[in-house]
Amino acid sequence: MPLTESLRDDILASVPSLRAFAISLSGNGDRADDLVQETLLRALANIDSFQPGSNLPAWLFTILRNLFRSDYRKRRREVEDAEGNYAKTLKTQPAQNAHLEFEEFRVALDKLPQDQREALILVGASGFSYEDAAAICGCAVGTIKSRVNRARSKLAALLYVEGAEDFGPDETVRAVIGGNG
Amino acid sequence: MKDVKSPASKNMTPGKGGLNAEIQSRIGHQLRAMYDDVVRQGVPERFAELIRKLDVPEDTSQVGSNGGPTEDGRE
Repeated sequence: MPLTESLRDDILASVPSLRAFAISLSGNGDRADDLVQETLLRALANIDSFQPGSNLPAWLFTILRNLFRSDYRKRRREVEDAEGNYAKTLKTQPAQNAHLEFEEFRVALDKLPQDQREALILVGASGFSYEDAAAICGCAVGTIKSRVNRARSKLAALLYVEGAEDFGPDETVRAVIGGNG
Repeated sequence: MKDVKSPASKNMTPGKGGLNAEIQSRIGHQLRAMYDDVVRQGVPERFAELIRKLDVPEDTSQVGSNGGPTEDGRE
């Protein structure tokens, strides 16, 4: 459909959640905003292919998700480096406050496989139905459900294992973790 | 690195199928807190401007009485 004023307003209204999605996916604010900008430009350039009456946020999220995935392949190594360094700084300090806990959560989220992370965010934070999330990710509804479940399990495991390390490894934990004593 | 489980973590995540309900709600809460923190920031000026600048093909047969200046100089 052509760009109307109300469609333009609707796109504008989607920007805050697009940013939240982009930041959750990439873990990097600057990069996330570039992603949002690119998403908006692409959406506006292809606005004729938007079906009136269909789900605009889902359409925009699909564009952003696809852009992120193509971008992600290029930058994967860079992301892994940042993650590794962050994990190191975390381990040198005990988790003492909510802020650190928040960062710890983000680091754990970044460690999920991408398929699981995006499914969890779409359903658990963006509030999309399993059906919408499946459409956004181009997969079956059952696949989304199982990705969300695996994401939750893995997140729980990551947060608890790292918590155990951060709060001071006892001998049992050390024995499990280190082969290089 | 493969999953490394300490005995403590096993106590807190009972079974492979079902997660402890408390852990699950904690994860959901943190996820939304992180997300909503960004949503609450609203629309940064950079994007508001980008979208505002776009020409919307309006119904030109009904020109408003206070017609503003046209920047593109069409006749």
